[in-house]
Amino acid sequence: MTKTKTYELRLYVAGQTAKSLTAFANLKRICETHLAGQYRIEVIDLTQTPQLSAGDQILALPTLVRRLPQPIKKIIGDLSNEERVLVGLDVQPMKD
Amino acid sequence: MKKKTDPAETPTLPKSPTGITGLDEITGGGLPTGRPTLVCGSAGCGKTMLAMEFLVRGAVEFGEPGVFMMFEENAAELTANVRSLGFDLDKLVKQKKVALDHVRIERSEIEETGEYDLEGLFIRLGHAIDTIGAKRVVLDTVEALFAGLPNHGILRAELRRLFRWLKDRKMTAIITGEKGEGNMITRYGLEEYVADCVITLDHRVTKQISTRRLRVLKYRGSAHGTNEYPFLISERGLSVLPITSLRLDHAAPSERLSTGIARLDEMLGGQGVFRGSSVLVSGAPGTGKSSIGAKFADAACRRGERALIFAYEESSAQILRNMRSIGIDLAPWVKKGLLQVHASRPTLSGLEQHLVAMHDMVKAFRPAVVVVDPISNLMIEGSDAEVMPTLMRLIDFLKQEQITSLFISLTRGGSGTGAQEDSQVGVSSLMDTWLWMRNMEFNGERNRLIHVLKSRGMAHSNQMREFVLSDAGIDLVDVYPGADRVLTGTARVAQAAHERSAAELRREDHERKLRQLAAKRKAIEAQIAALNAEGEAEEAEVKFTIAQETLLEKTTQQNSADMAQLRGGGKGGNSPKKGTP
Repeated sequence: MTKTKTYELRLYVAGQTAKSLTAFANLKRICETHLAGQYRIEVIDLTQTPQLSAGDQILALPTLVRRLPQPIKKIIGDLSNEERVLVGLDVQPMKD
Repeated sequence: MKKKTDPAETPTLPKSPTGITGLDEITGGGLPTGRPTLVCGSAGCGKTMLAMEFLVRGAVEFGEPGVFMMFEENAAELTANVRSLGFDLDKLVKQKKVALDHVRIERSEIEETGEYDLEGLFIRLGHAIDTIGAKRVVLDTVEALFAGLPNHGILRAELRRLFRWLKDRKMTAIITGEKGEGNMITRYGLEEYVADCVITLDHRVTKQISTRRLRVLKYRGSAHGTNEYPFLISERGLSVLPITSLRLDHAAPSERLSTGIARLDEMLGGQGVFRGSSVLVSGAPGTGKSSIGAKFADAACRRGERALIFAYEESSAQILRNMRSIGIDLAPWVKKGLLQVHASRPTLSGLEQHLVAMHDMVKAFRPAVVVVDPISNLMIEGSDAEVMPTLMRLIDFLKQEQITSLFISLTRGGSGTGAQEDSQVGVSSLMDTWLWMRNMEFNGERNRLIHVLKSRGMAHSNQMREFVLSDAGIDLVDVYPGADRVLTGTARVAQAAHERSAAELRREDHERKLRQLAAKRKAIEAQIAALNAEGEAEEAEVKFTIAQETLLEKTTQQNSADMAQLRGGGKGGNSPKKGTP
């Protein structure tokens, strides 16, 4: 049903910490499972580009921002709870 | 009790001046450098204003750029709000002296999964600090995060880390917090993390009048004033009234100032009051207190000094008009900028707030003479115990500044004695000179009397004078002390006339007596002359008799000789030639 949508996701992290690596791995897995082919992930390392933090009102890290489709959604944490990530992204889980 | 110290006494703890009037005095130099300070209070008590002024003054006056991170207002709102204090944030941001960062956090937009930290906040803050080379940081109000982030465990740990981090980066920071309930200073117990310096602000309403107060609850490693100090947010920013200066060391100049009324100066040792002293003029309504105040200000302006009148009863236009009616024209002085009249309703704010405002205006205008008309109106809402220390602050302050002050105080009641003197005792002990005005009702009219109850350090008259107001101005007239009362007004005039006619009579009496005396003397002289004449007459008589007798004797001798010749014919022809008897 949501095949036509494209998910533009942005993952904010601070360096290669354990939390950011976990978050990225979790995100990759969830997207592959439920949004195969409809997503784009952009990882922003705020230790490199701190000026980008204000734009999306980033406070907690890691933060996943769903830029598209509107409205903007934010998920904070290492994304270890798949169910909540899907709720946060407003994605229907793929049922096998 | 003694908590106020010189900054010099605590050289170990470096302090960053806030530039806020009075606050630096209370804290002995400012907030602890490189450490966070917690400023807490309920909504609308001025936390943001205090923090903002700290930041702006730091950037402008002390060359320390600052970051303002706000969690509630956005940058545009904040800029608009502080423009009323005269701060142009836009300009400061452009000059890279101040950085503003609005952290907005919407609970509804956020989903929480798994572990996280607030590194993003650190990065943002760190980035802002590095961009402008900030030395000062304000977090206003960091507690908003508690509403935005569900996991308070993480939040608390992160805040602890944040404050630690600020310390490590040597940021002089202000963290604001909402007032908590019960024993909590702040709602979320921030005082647990920010423990170096805690300032509480309060906005209290008593008897419908609100007063803002500030208190330094805690200042680790430094002595500080622990009292509550009233403060004011005005167009010049915050000002805290640091009081109860425990020192009593103001200079005492021996220069004298004229009160503007020559006869009054005469009563005060001939030269008027000391510069920098305080004068209390108390009296019942309509005794002419305000006119003395106006004359006092007028005299200062005539000397080319500046005068400031605080009026709590009449508007400034009304004062100018009314004083013109008794020959005191203040308008030219206002025009020249030598005189300022500040009129406000006493109920506009609390006494302390008024004093802060006065403090502020005196600092700005720097007058030589201050007239407060009347202080009793300021005192209506406070008890004596409250009013005394506050007034003491004001008088102390004026004395420190060598400003001569004249306070007008309205007393209750009519022409009775005793009671009014008592009612002023509290205030009068602070005053150097106390003039007392009263009405005297006698002979179907009311007259004004003035006397000097006390005047420290100078000989002063113990006499009452009648105080006469006319369109020619103010004059003091000697009264006639009678057997049991003094005579004033028409009675005085009548008495004067009476005395004049009595003198006239006496003078005539004297003249009459002198005339009588002169007449008497003339009579005596006449008598003397008569007696003399009588004497002379008698003398002439006697002489004549003597001459007659001598002649007779001669004749007799001649006759006898002739006869002897005739009888003897002896001795020559000495014929009688004289045929006279």
